[in-house]
Amino acid sequence: MNKELRRVSAFVLVLFLALFSSSTIVQFFQSNSLKEDPRNVRTLYASFSTERGPILAGDQQVAYSTPVDDDFQYLRVYPDGPLYSAATGYFTLDQGATGVESELNSLLSGTSDSQFLDRVTSILTGQEPKGAAVELSIDPVVQQAAWDALGDYQGAVLAIEPATGRILALVSKPTFDPNALAVHDSAAVIDLYDQLLADPGQPLINRTIQGDLNPPGSTFKLVVASAALESGKYTPDSAFPNPAQLQLPQSTAVIQNSGGGTCGPGATVTIATALRLSCNIPFAELGLELGFRAISEQAKKYGFGDDSFEIPMPVAPSVYPAVQSDAELMLSAFGQGNDRVTPLQMAMVSAAIANGGLQMRPGVVDKVTAPDLSALRTFSPAEYGRPISAATAATMTQLMVANVANGAASNARIGGIDVAGKTGTAENGPGEPYTLWFTGFAPADSPQVAVAVVIEDGGGLGQEGYGNLLAAPIGKQVMEAVIDR
Amino acid sequence: MASPTPSSATETAPAPPAPRAPLTETIRVRLRAPARRRNTELGLLLFALALAGGALALVQLGALGHLAGTMMLLSGLLGLFAIAIHVALRVVAPDADPFVLPIAVLLNGLGIAEITRIDIAEGLVGWDAAGVRQIAWSAIALAGALAVLLVIRNHRVLLRYRYLAMLAAIVLLLLPFAPLIGKEVNGATIWIQVGPLSFQPGELAKIALAIFFAGYLMTARDSLSMVSVKVLGLRLPRPRDLGPILVIWALSMLVLIGQRDLGTSLLYFGLFLVMLYVATGRLSWVLLGVVLFGGGAFAASRVLPYVENRFAGWLDAFNPEYYDAFGGSYQLVQGLFGLADGGLIGTGLGRGHPGIVPLAESDFIVASLGEELGMVGLFAILALYLLFVSRGFRIGFTGQDDFGRLLAVGLSFVVALQVFIVVGGVTRVIPLTGLTTPFLAAGGSSLVANWVIVAILLRVSDSVRAQPRWVVEEGRS
Repeated sequence: MNKELRRVSAFVLVLFLALFSSSTIVQFFQSNSLKEDPRNVRTLYASFSTERGPILAGDQQVAYSTPVDDDFQYLRVYPDGPLYSAATGYFTLDQGATGVESELNSLLSGTSDSQFLDRVTSILTGQEPKGAAVELSIDPVVQQAAWDALGDYQGAVLAIEPATGRILALVSKPTFDPNALAVHDSAAVIDLYDQLLADPGQPLINRTIQGDLNPPGSTFKLVVASAALESGKYTPDSAFPNPAQLQLPQSTAVIQNSGGGTCGPGATVTIATALRLSCNIPFAELGLELGFRAISEQAKKYGFGDDSFEIPMPVAPSVYPAVQSDAELMLSAFGQGNDRVTPLQMAMVSAAIANGGLQMRPGVVDKVTAPDLSALRTFSPAEYGRPISAATAATMTQLMVANVANGAASNARIGGIDVAGKTGTAENGPGEPYTLWFTGFAPADSPQVAVAVVIEDGGGLGQEGYGNLLAAPIGKQVMEAVIDR
Repeated sequence: MASPTPSSATETAPAPPAPRAPLTETIRVRLRAPARRRNTELGLLLFALALAGGALALVQLGALGHLAGTMMLLSGLLGLFAIAIHVALRVVAPDADPFVLPIAVLLNGLGIAEITRIDIAEGLVGWDAAGVRQIAWSAIALAGALAVLLVIRNHRVLLRYRYLAMLAAIVLLLLPFAPLIGKEVNGATIWIQVGPLSFQPGELAKIALAIFFAGYLMTARDSLSMVSVKVLGLRLPRPRDLGPILVIWALSMLVLIGQRDLGTSLLYFGLFLVMLYVATGRLSWVLLGVVLFGGGAFAASRVLPYVENRFAGWLDAFNPEYYDAFGGSYQLVQGLFGLADGGLIGTGLGRGHPGIVPLAESDFIVASLGEELGMVGLFAILALYLLFVSRGFRIGFTGQDDFGRLLAVGLSFVVALQVFIVVGGVTRVIPLTGLTTPFLAAGGSSLVANWVIVAILLRVSDSVRAQPRWVVEEGRS
């Protein structure tokens, strides 16, 4: 009987080991994924019952929690709500969150793994646990300048520090006031949310990194020119035929340069001139010679197609899609066809050129600090890639400086400083308003800032507006704000 | 598990007493040991009461912000009941195991604390509060245990009533089908209601079954274990010996199909199989039983929608289809969320949100405790159960009469299996079934039944200790 009893004892032990294991799996290994399930309201309660950490830009609190007398104990307050909304996002009671509020939620609410010891300490000392503070890389002065410069246009502005990838300004318009979504009244929040969702201006979309992406227009010529120089087969002085009109192969479509005439005088035109005057026909010819693969690979090196890219908000991948014909290839070479980009992608192209070909990983967060001011996480500059050589970068810089100094991007000029830039005026189809672009950096010899500006809906001018008219002055003001600070 | 002690008298002839031990020494040990055992129990009991009282105070401070005088007073009175049992043991069972009572008291007290916590979350007070009723039921259960200890002075008496026990078990199982008093709750027909009191007779039936199995197997073990037929190299029981296993199987299937109670069905059949194996040592019986039950359960899962739902909600709990379904996996998933929220160290008593889970005070009390005490607390609770079970098995190892040994093993195994079925269901090891967690969960029937088990284990353990035998003496030193 004892032998059987020993076996039964072992069996009971196995049963209990199964229970020990299952509770370890649920409470330790799966704990985080279960907490993140949207159906788990405990996470919501937790995020409200502890004092959520602030979000800072420079020395300003752009989001913080203040005690209130209701079930949720703390109300989220955004002193300059709309101004920083592209970075902070919103934080609602039970309708989710976006932006940094969402991406760094576990740190802000104090529930991340790295804050485990702090939670134990607060249990032992009886102190209320607090979330960590998130320090943004956003510079309030630059942010304000970008906000003011964009005015009432529908579009986005983005400024990056080329040497580090730190994002200095992140503006998307039209936008929303996160304060109105932070109130502890679910019905009112849902109501407002539905209104925002139905708004044709799509205020909930962060146009710097998301949304219905825009065709890059002539700013894409930076990518094609880079591909040409990197191939080693071309120099800025490589020449192409210079007709005023060009019929695309196996197609009835005819393309023109933006002025309607030839690209400067002469039977041929160099890449340098074509870029400076932003001519379409020479780039269509260059694109056809380079071929799809060379352009596509160069685009990919600059970051196109990266679908796992986060700043820490997820960034929609910019696309340079496969072409079906030579005609499509030629259109795609000057930023038309099916090319679609985010402003962040275009700023990254400029930033890579500005930084001697070394492209830094962009991000909007500098540091996360615990309530005791110890750093929980530091975002140090990291290399994203090397899309072009230092020599190509230097040549591209010269071409872009010429573009501003005596070319198509003249409205980006800043007195006493060399500015590198490229404008774009992208078509969206017959009769549709244009998308207006500017991207560039300054000062050209020691770049402090790279910018990208996009204005959608033609800036209200339909097909009358163009990049240099509306977008370039905005880029100029943002770059000035960085240089003057 | 209990450390193996030398084989008992039934299998090995007892060794003669060590000749060099002076007689006086032996007597001294024998006379002093019981008092030491009870003193150990008193110390542990006071510790258990302090822990349980502390837990009750903490849930009130954590969730209410202040202490509720009535609850503290009522549970204090309950503590005196527990001490009364201890005092009674000094007189009627001085050699009883010193760990069983403190463990049961601690689990019962933790249960009351957590049930009170859920009451606070749901704003229940007075007689509506499950915690208050749990204290009343605990008092009844403790009185019941005391009565069992006082009335049954020798557990062998129970052997005489084995067939009466069988009859009692069947009547108890059938009671919920009786007109007027039978009642269906959440689809399961396992309740009876008389006036304001409702009761699950199936909980008491498991004790009656254990008594019957122990008595029957003790008398029938030889015919069951010696004679067999060989089929395909397997030694199987003779067809005519198959009777009892088929009867118990039919009974389990009746519970499964008639009462729609998968957990209880599994519990009864598991209890029978283990006792059968311990009595006969024939693994073929166990295999046969597993095949029978597995086949029956599988067939039932095909035919009965409730069993099928339980399986689907278990395997694919997070699928919205089952999550949102009526009677789907919502409760299970919310329980898992609670456990996950507790994490390693828990939210602290009174600081979590266990009230979100349906039936947080009864079927899901383990998830509630796991949320507020964390993995650490859940481990401690599981360890308490394991210790409790091992004390029961210890009687099985060291006892002299086969009836007592089988009974103790059966009763402690039924507790172990019930904990496994409940906690395993909550933590998704097995499909969720509607069983109560012994001592912890809100519910009078379960409390009374488990405290009667405590009383019987104490009684049987006393008879083991009280035998002046060499083997036992060595086990003690």
